[in-house]
Amino acid sequence: MSGGVPFLPESASTIAGEFNILFAGLLAITGAVLGLVFLLLFRFCAHYRRGNDAADRGHWGRKSWRWEVGWTTASFVVFLGLYAWGADLYLREHRWPSNATDIYVVGKQWMWKVEHPDGQREINALHVALNRPVRLVMTSQDVIHSFFVPAFRLKQDVVPGRYVSLWFDPTRIGDYHLYCAQFCGTDHAAMGGMVSVLSDADYQKWLAANATGGTLAAQGGVLYRKLGCAGCHETGATVHAPKLAGLYGSAVTLRNGSTALADEGFIRSAILQPAQNVPTGYAPIMPSFVGQLNEEQVMSLVAYIKSLGAKPAAGSPSR
Amino acid sequence: MSVPVLEKQFVDLAHQSETAELGIWGFIATEVLFLGGLFAAYSVYRYLHPAGVAAAAAHTKIVIGSVNTAILLTSSFIMSWASLAASGGESRLAGRLMWIAAALGLTFIGLKGIEYAQEIGENLWPGAGFSLDTAEPKVGEVFYFLYWVMTGIHAAHLLVGVAALAIIGRRANSGAYSRAYHSPVRVVSLYWHFVDVVWIFLFVLIYLPGRSL
Amino acid sequence: MTVTTIGELPRQGEGDSYLTDGTTLGSWLLTHDHKRIAILYCLSITVFFFIGGAGAALIRLNLMTPQGTLFDAETYNRLFTLHGVVMVWLFLVPSIPTTFGNFLIPLMLGAKDLAFPRLNLLSWYLFATSGLIVLGGLIGGSVDTGWTFYEPLSSGYASGALVVVLFGIFVNGFSSILTGLNFVVSIHRLRAPGLTWYRLPIFCWSTYATSVILMLATPVLAVTLLLVIAEHLWGVGVFDPTHGGDPVLFQHMFWFYSHPAVYIMILPGMGVISEIIPAFARKTIFGYHFIAWSSIAIAVVGFFVWGHHMFVAGESIYSALVFSFLSFIVAVPSAIKVFNWLATLHKGSISFEAPMLYALGFILLFTIGGLTGLLLATLAFDVDVHDTYFVIAHFHYIMVGGMVSAYFAALHFWWPKVTGRLYPESWARFAAILIFFGFNLTFFPQFILGYLGMPRRYHAYPPEFQVWNVLSSAGASILAAAYLLPLFYLTWSLLRGERAPGNPWGATGLEWQTASPPPTDNFARTPVITRPPYDYPEPAA
Ligand code: HEA
Ligand code: HEA
Ligand code: HEC
Ligand code: CUA
Ligand SMILES: [Cu+2]
Repeated sequence: MSGGVPFLPESASTIAGEFNILFAGLLAITGAVLGLVFLLLFRFCAHYRRGNDAADRGHWGRKSWRWEVGWTTASFVVFLGLYAWGADLYLREHRWPSNATDIYVVGKQWMWKVEHPDGQREINALHVALNRPVRLVMTSQDVIHSFFVPAFRLKQDVVPGRYVSLWFDPTRIGDYHLYCAQFCGTDHAAMGGMVSVLSDADYQKWLAANATGGTLAAQGGVLYRKLGCAGCHETGATVHAPKLAGLYGSAVTLRNGSTALADEGFIRSAILQPAQNVPTGYAPIMPSFVGQLNEEQVMSLVAYIKSLGAKPAAGSPSR
Repeated sequence: MSVPVLEKQFVDLAHQSETAELGIWGFIATEVLFLGGLFAAYSVYRYLHPAGVAAAAAHTKIVIGSVNTAILLTSSFIMSWASLAASGGESRLAGRLMWIAAALGLTFIGLKGIEYAQEIGENLWPGAGFSLDTAEPKVGEVFYFLYWVMTGIHAAHLLVGVAALAIIGRRANSGAYSRAYHSPVRVVSLYWHFVDVVWIFLFVLIYLPGRSL
Repeated sequence: MTVTTIGELPRQGEGDSYLTDGTTLGSWLLTHDHKRIAILYCLSITVFFFIGGAGAALIRLNLMTPQGTLFDAETYNRLFTLHGVVMVWLFLVPSIPTTFGNFLIPLMLGAKDLAFPRLNLLSWYLFATSGLIVLGGLIGGSVDTGWTFYEPLSSGYASGALVVVLFGIFVNGFSSILTGLNFVVSIHRLRAPGLTWYRLPIFCWSTYATSVILMLATPVLAVTLLLVIAEHLWGVGVFDPTHGGDPVLFQHMFWFYSHPAVYIMILPGMGVISEIIPAFARKTIFGYHFIAWSSIAIAVVGFFVWGHHMFVAGESIYSALVFSFLSFIVAVPSAIKVFNWLATLHKGSISFEAPMLYALGFILLFTIGGLTGLLLATLAFDVDVHDTYFVIAHFHYIMVGGMVSAYFAALHFWWPKVTGRLYPESWARFAAILIFFGFNLTFFPQFILGYLGMPRRYHAYPPEFQVWNVLSSAGASILAAAYLLPLFYLTWSLLRGERAPGNPWGATGLEWQTASPPPTDNFARTPVITRPPYDYPEPAA
């Protein structure tokens, strides 16, 4: 977008389309209210200015309660409408379609590291295909960051110690700004890049050109064996540990009686804080891997465990 | 014997006393929010890590904690007595009683000091040298972080209370208060009870989790 | 006790006021007189305002170019931290309550002083000390966390000087709490005979509501900062994710204070406007009870909306829905006020001296700020514009366009009462209009910038945003000049201004029934109140 003074941001996702309608509505309603306030203010100031003897100043309104009830209810009703409209879209922003591709993102001072399911990695850039919904599974290695793409009208804070997700369905080919919106230290303003929406063919080309040794899950599998997870979790192990195939998306009953949905966040904390996620029927003997793995490695393990068979948790927010 | 001074913004001494009491109630309200924030942070953390917190709490010194609870309850009782004495015009008796209450407060601090020393000896001071033999030592470290902050803040409040009791007690001893004018005694008494009640909450929250499991 | 009704108070001669009652430095620094303490506050916050303003000026200078060539990233980050911290805690939170609240509440109550004059002086000392500590930390050290101190950035990743700043704000909090306490108790206990609650001026109601927030929200900030300080010292704490702590918990605790605090930063202004509009429209305020109670409603409901700062921070969807809803609810009382002010103008006899110009500006700018607040409370909209310049514009419209305007309105309205001098009217009108235009030029472009997606706290930005940034910086330079004007003409007035009569505006408030400047004991005799406030005569039809 070079040249000219920009007034409106670009729109490049399904959400952006709906958002623009919401914005137009909000603008119209608040604009009308603002207009009313300005109009009354200027009208009264002009008409009832001191010295204007033409104005009728008798019979002050004293029975005020009708007016009070009137404008209070009117404001309240308008507010309810705005609330419902915004909430509805917000809910849809958090319900991703089941065919969304999971892409993993780790934020750290001051860069975005992206890992595609097929192993492609990029930094401060994200390549996606037109009209193919994507869900980002994100975490931070250090402080809070925020993944922000104005053209998609989406933003999500990326918090260390937990997984958050953000989904979108790109609708226009092009390059769009990616920012870090949460202040994260010295180079906060430099922590960004471009999101490129490519046509299907270009996307395939991009994937092929950036192919690495193996998929993310395969990398996780290597780690899985190297760290000795397999020694406990594979059939034939002497330790009594749960089998992980089919774990993702299932409901796990924990020792303390509660049930947890085995989403990415659950698997992450099962690896890093096993003592907190002990399923019923097992002794709390799994060692914690906290401090031994960086967030990218944990993500590959998560991808691996997901690849062992999954009941996709479509539409269920992971937080 | 000092004569109570009527400040110019009040109509009479009763007006002045009632205003002072309203003031201390307001102050207590702010304290409730202050400590409430702390308790909220503690509760959230405990909710996130029930097992780790319980395991760490099992290392607190329950005997000293219980004795200290008894001491503070006693001092609160004596303080109430002092307050009654003052409103009955027995200023000197009230003064003596306040000194006893203050002495009990100091005893509490002394015992607390012994407890702190033991805990430092067991490496329960958060930071590099921290060590705790539980399944989740990191959770334990945060528990002790909260332990030191919460009990430290309480101890600071208690010391302020002891100082206030000593000063007002001294004035009472010299016969400064009467049936008509004793609001300073009422004011410190309210504060002192408040500090005691806070301790009861701390005791339940910090010492008991590891034990009730 | 002899009593008289208002209006019959004896005048005392010149040179017989609180200003002349002792002229040594000690008579000021050790005073218990609420009016002198108000002046002490006024001088200190003026200094802080210009320090914070200098920070803003440098920010705007840097943002003239997309590369942000004036400063490196770290310096810029320190600048907006300084600007935010100084403006919020050293200027806007204390602004109206500690100056006009202090000066006027006893006068409006018909009392000789606040309930606890020594505590009042202590509050000022705490405030001044905290100011020095905070500034020392900000200028001497390298503090670049923003005014929100989000964890874990503010513990593991911040410089040690942050501890100094946090401690300063902690001390500042005590000053706030004690000030609030003093007002609440005074309003409860020191009302003159006949001064029932519904005869109190609206300014007292709004100060009361503000004080309740000061008392109940500030302690939570204090303890939160204490936890961050401790986390800094020990290297571990409840907000630390590597120890199973929750950084989002910090945000909950911070906003539990800071959202109510934004109402600390507007309610007193609303109170001032509610005094000025009737005085210059020569008309009883419309809907007294509704305006009075809406302040209380804002104070109460304001405690339950803090989560609207965290819609994308990882709070649950359920809480987001609740907090969004409550944010709309808390806007209702503000709507009530705006409409009642408008209705007060209806059939008034309006004149447009400087205080009134500021008050009208307040209504316009506050409404814009408030309506954009509603947009931010709309969930899906906030997801896009959160942490962009849209938010910056929203709160500057309310805090600068609203509250700072109200502060200037108050300054001009009560200037004759405080100093006993009149200010030069045409200069004051000129400054008011210049501020209004400079303000809009500075901050309206920021709405557009935010909607285009420019994130806040950016020391450099993509070149397509430059036009709007340059406009904004141009506005800021007008604004800076306009804010400097009162400094000059008010100083002039202090030295050369015409002597003011007791009631130059012909207003009804109790404070206008005593001399200008008032005597140390405020009233020669305790007044007895027999009439409702804003008792302006209704013209015949
Ligand atoms: C004095 C300060 C002040 C005040 C009074 C307000 C008032 C309001 N604020 Fe604002 N706000 C701030 C200061 C303030 N705010 C600050 C400093 C921040 C940013 C902090 C940071 O991150 O650094 C912020 C951020 C902020 C956010 C978070 C944005 C984000 O970070 O993403 C939200 C979201 O809901 C919000 C909402 C509101 C609402 C709904 C009101 C309401 O109270 C407004 C009510 C008023 C009106 C609505 C106008 C008058 C009404 C009418 C004329 C009635 C008719 C209207 C209709 C019928 C539609 N504010
Ligand atoms: C509470 C009150 C308050 C007030 C009164 C102001 C007043 C102003 N603010 Fe402030 N602002 C905040 C509160 C306030 N602000 C807060 C809380 C933040 C968020 C900080 C954060 O993100 O942590 C913020 C952030 C903020 C930003 C965003 C920075 C960023 O995110 O990168 C900007 C940018 O334009 C800005 C501009 C201004 C301007 C131009 C004024 C003007 O109104 C100021 C005008 C006054 C003067 C200019 C002073 C008078 C003139 C002089 C002293 C002479 C000139 C001197 C020199 C040139 C040395 N403010
Ligand atoms: C010493 C044996 C052992 C090792 C090594 C081990 N685990 Fe486990 N794991 C267990 C046991 C036992 C449980 C169930 C009880 C518990 O959580 O402590 C478990 C639970 C889990 C769960 C939760 C399963 C459910 O159904 O809730 C996941 C996920 C998991 N492990 C993944 C891993 C990964 C990944 C690794 C390697 C990085 C690993 N484990 C290493 C023994 C082990
Ligand atoms: Cu990462 Cu800002
Ligand atoms: Cu808010």
